[in-house]
Amino acid sequence: MAAPLGTGTRTEEPGQEKQDAQEKEIAHPERAEEAKLKAKYPNLGQKPGGSDFLMKRLQKGQKYFDSGDYNMAKAKMKNKQLPSAGPDKNLVTGDHIPTPQDLPQRKSSLVTSKLAG
Amino acid sequence: MRAFGAGGGNDIQWCFSQVKGAVDDDVAEADIISTVEFNHSGELLATGDKGGRVVIFQQEQENKTQSHSRGEYNVYSTFQSHEPEFDYLKSLEIEEKINKIRWLPQKNAAQFLLSTNDKTIKLWKISERDKRPEGYNLKEEDGRYRDPTTVTTLRVPVFRPMDLMVEASPRRIFANAHTYHINSISINSDYETYLSADDLRINLWHLEITDRSFNIVDIKPANMEELTEVITAAEFHPNSCNTFVYSSSKGTIRLCDMRASALCDRHSKLFEEPEDPSNRSFFSEIISSISDVKFSHSGRYMMTRDYLSVKIWDLNMENRPVETYQVHEYLRSKLCSLYENDCIFDKFECCWNGSDSIVMTGSYNNFFRMFDRNTKRDITLEASRENNKPRTVLKPRKVCASGKRKKDEISVDSLDFNKKILHTAWHPKENIIAVATTNNLYIFQDKMN
Repeated sequence: MAAPLGTGTRTEEPGQEKQDAQEKEIAHPERAEEAKLKAKYPNLGQKPGGSDFLMKRLQKGQKYFDSGDYNMAKAKMKNKQLPSAGPDKNLVTGDHIPTPQDLPQRKSSLVTSKLAG
Repeated sequence: MRAFGAGGGNDIQWCFSQVKGAVDDDVAEADIISTVEFNHSGELLATGDKGGRVVIFQQEQENKTQSHSRGEYNVYSTFQSHEPEFDYLKSLEIEEKINKIRWLPQKNAAQFLLSTNDKTIKLWKISERDKRPEGYNLKEEDGRYRDPTTVTTLRVPVFRPMDLMVEASPRRIFANAHTYHINSISINSDYETYLSADDLRINLWHLEITDRSFNIVDIKPANMEELTEVITAAEFHPNSCNTFVYSSSKGTIRLCDMRASALCDRHSKLFEEPEDPSNRSFFSEIISSISDVKFSHSGRYMMTRDYLSVKIWDLNMENRPVETYQVHEYLRSKLCSLYENDCIFDKFECCWNGSDSIVMTGSYNNFFRMFDRNTKRDITLEASRENNKPRTVLKPRKVCASGKRKKDEISVDSLDFNKKILHTAWHPKENIIAVATTNNLYIFQDKMN
């Protein structure tokens, strides 16, 4: 579903190209932004609205160390390399072994709201 | 669109009235406001925060000598609604953040509201106590029991006035019905039932019954790999007790009729604006995700909020909205950065005024926007402590998208994307609005002459 980006094949003057690019940016600011994003993250998934993204949304919430997940992950990874704590650390349970650095600070104690002060 | 507020005609002139909350910039997470809601009369204003607390403000009675302004809102009650919990099975923490508050219409002296976090809905009773019994025979005034053998005469206990005490008590707890995170609750016009919606399911409850709830919508696919959309908001129709709508992350709204079948997986109407395929980009679906849906008071229209716009739909027309208002179109050329800093996933709410003639929604830099449906004029205002003088009309703000920035305009690159106004509320009858910044609550009123 990715939109094709600027695939013109005719040769152009350098000045003309720049003007065309500017026009394209004005006419399709979203496409220009998409190009920027793809340039920064070439490995970005093809289906942004698809499974991965939505699953992350469903998973929202602080995940703590789970000995069951830990042992299952160890068993799975006997033959593979240990994965490092990548950007998707909150995405899937069981495939990633959490480290103390992954865990957030515990919340502060409960006091009266400042709105009521 | 021309800006209103420049004087003349029936344009509202908004003035600062009050601000609640801490002044300092260092915001504790618990103080982040997560919901704002007026009750049906507008006399009470409730806020919920990330720390699971609810604060209710009450409008003071209008003072005959102070005819230039309506009553101020003062703290009426505050309580801890939800506490952090732990799901031991999944090793997941359950946040105490209050996602939504909805008031029940008042039936007797007490007030009732529903508050919900990600997993549990609670019915709270807020009641006043202004007298207490005194003169017991077997108890001292401090509560200690008297030795019955020391009692020589009998008296009848009487009620004596005391300082007003407002008590909040949880009357019902509706738990264990949601696997995913609750995003909406909505009370039915029958005042007996309500719905709760999470990412994939919608349940119907009876207010009196906590151990049973009926699943009325289930969009969970058999294989989670096939998941393509989630439910983002849901609301009952204000007058038809059999009708409700739910919005999705793909920008569609489905209207369902509970009379059609027990499980409303098949919609009665599907509202979707056709997209121009040549405009499609990586961001299209993300920015089309609807973050809020609200019926008009009349029940004829509904409003949806997606990332860049507010749309008004006529329930009789499914193929496109009847009105579209751009909230901050200048952000379209900043989507890459907004994706990187996650702002593109911010969920803005929207609201109607009492007569359904004006709609309001928030933006960044503590700006909020209002669109007058009749005059087609719009205005941008700012919630800031710098505009602190009561009865001074707020100055309209303007964002300069590109090119030369005029004096008093602010350029897109100078906007503070950490200052977001996600929650706003409009008094059901008056021109009084409540606007929540990250941790402060602003109340604005129209200028009365």
